Amino acid sequence: MRAMLGKGSIRRRLVVQLSLIAAVLSLAFFLIVRAVAGQAASDTQDNILAASATSIADAIYSERGRISLELPYSALSMLGSISQDRVFYRVIVDGETLTGYDDLPAPAHFPKPSEPVFSTLDFRGEEVRSVAVGRTVSSGGQAIRAAIVVAQTRSGLAAITSKISATSVAVGIGLFLFATLLSLLAAQSALLPLNRMTQSIKRRGPHDLRPVRTEIPGELLPLVAALNNFMARLRAALAQSEELVAEAAHRVRTPLAVVRTQAEVALRRLDKPEDRQALREMIRAVDESSRSAGQLLDHAMVTFRTDHLQETRFDLGEVTRETCAHLQPTAGLKDIALVLDIPERPLPFVGDPILLQSALRNILDNAIKYSPADSEITVTITVDRHYEISFRDQGRGFGDVNTGGLTKRFARGGNVADVVGSGLGLTIVDVVARAHKGRVKIRTNTEGPGACVSLVLPLH
Amino acid sequence: MRFLLVEDNAQLARALVDRLALDGHVLDHAEDLATANSFIEVASYDLILLDIMLPDGDGRNFLKAHRSRTDRTPVIVLTARSQITDRVGLLDLGADDYIVKPFDFSELEARCRAVLRRRGGAADNMRHFAGVDFDSLAGTISIAGRVEPLRNRELRLLEVFFAAPGQIFSKPHLMDRLFSFTEDVSENAIEVYVGRLRKKLEGSAARIETVRGLGYRLTGKT
Repeated sequence: MRAMLGKGSIRRRLVVQLSLIAAVLSLAFFLIVRAVAGQAASDTQDNILAASATSIADAIYSERGRISLELPYSALSMLGSISQDRVFYRVIVDGETLTGYDDLPAPAHFPKPSEPVFSTLDFRGEEVRSVAVGRTVSSGGQAIRAAIVVAQTRSGLAAITSKISATSVAVGIGLFLFATLLSLLAAQSALLPLNRMTQSIKRRGPHDLRPVRTEIPGELLPLVAALNNFMARLRAALAQSEELVAEAAHRVRTPLAVVRTQAEVALRRLDKPEDRQALREMIRAVDESSRSAGQLLDHAMVTFRTDHLQETRFDLGEVTRETCAHLQPTAGLKDIALVLDIPERPLPFVGDPILLQSALRNILDNAIKYSPADSEITVTITVDRHYEISFRDQGRGFGDVNTGGLTKRFARGGNVADVVGSGLGLTIVDVVARAHKGRVKIRTNTEGPGACVSLVLPLH
Repeated sequence: MRFLLVEDNAQLARALVDRLALDGHVLDHAEDLATANSFIEVASYDLILLDIMLPDGDGRNFLKAHRSRTDRTPVIVLTARSQITDRVGLLDLGADDYIVKPFDFSELEARCRAVLRRRGGAADNMRHFAGVDFDSLAGTISIAGRVEPLRNRELRLLEVFFAAPGQIFSKPHLMDRLFSFTEDVSENAIEVYVGRLRKKLEGSAARIETVRGLGYRLTGKT
């Protein structure tokens, strides 16, 4: 599972995309607010400038053929109300400056009386906004054209614009952060059903291959359908492989049983020593191959089951007693007594009882096989810091064999060539022990003949 | 003893019939569950040997149905399948024991004996000869009220002799009955067991005679 590090997270993608959208929207908000506010401020200035110029124009009068102007105070004070900007004005009559700043630029064309002309220009090193208003005054039956220019610096306007900008930046950032937070929450809630499904699959046992039935949104239906389909196929494959093993066992063992039985019947009827010897060897070969087939299948099954370890709680003492009881008749054939020294109280253990049984049967089967007639096999369970299930026999022991190598597949001791065996028994025991976090202990008895094989398992 | 064998492999069934007949047992063969059911209705058996994979169903169903009847005939399952997956289910369903194909007949006999002993006996487990009462199920002989337990190989050897008193059994034949084919033992090993039996038969008229060059036989002469 560790190897499956997520590549690209849906949540991250959702959050990033939603945040990007929020960023674009915030920026657009900022730009629009700034533009609108700037325009509004600029329009206000223009309107006041125009009103000021118009009121100056209204104050022009003709007296005895002369054009005069009584500059109204309000015309300039209304401009001062916007800010502390400087104000310039110029009144031009017939191309001559009547009053005001001579160098304040006048428009190239005479402005029409109803349409003030606005312009932005540099005056005395400062940017100013100016308005020119035209007015025709009749003087002595003569129409005289007068132009009034009023200008104002723009620092007040810039201050207002930057203030609005700062506010809109703050609001934009706030909006962005808020939208990002919302997108996080939205991603979280959008992924909730997915997490719920993951949890419900995670909680399952290793053998639970039932279809997923949690309530899921429509978008996940194809995924869940694919998952359920996959699990169904896996279930079928597992069942098939178990069936195959059973079928293989059946196909191999039934003909062997026929051969063995017929050979035994024939043996009873034969007297010639060489015929009898041949038949005995035949039976021996059948036993050998059936044992090998059995252990290969056992090994396959043990490997399969340890890969899919199914853990249940059971009594180790009871399983050991059952295994001994089942092999009692086999031991009896050689007058081997099974002496059990197992505590009466329950010995709780968590694992796969079928695997444990298989391991115990293999150890005991070996012990019976290598024990002489009229001997004893002692089965003890000691509970210390571990469970230790020991099978002590009075057989030939392991001699000088390297006992560590005996758990390897098809490895057999050097002193057992005369006994039928596949070399898989202890391997099975070892696989089972490891699957249950235990180990196999093999040693030759120091007192008396024989060997002792123990299965050491952790306490639960 | 009378066995019912439920097994679909005809060759194996025939071989089993022959083999059990050698030991004086009778075996009825049913090749499927339907035949087995009709046999059970008309005859009574000491033991049922049941295969699991049968043409008209699973032997386990038969086992379940058999246990729900009042019939207490013990059942030993003959299985070819991997033991570790089947074992739990079989015993839970009420099989008395199971044996994996191909099997050693001595082992089958030993299992039958163990099952019958647990179940409280077959009809003809008592044999009498020359003042010896031989209980093959309990594994005892009693001579003039004195009960003597027998070990497994002594029991099996005595069964051979009691089945045909007076008949001469060669050493190789007796060895086949006593030792598994995978054990390498010399013919002299049989003398050990004959010696032990002779000791246990002391005090009765029964004797195991050595017939020089031929083998042994059971006689009732003093």
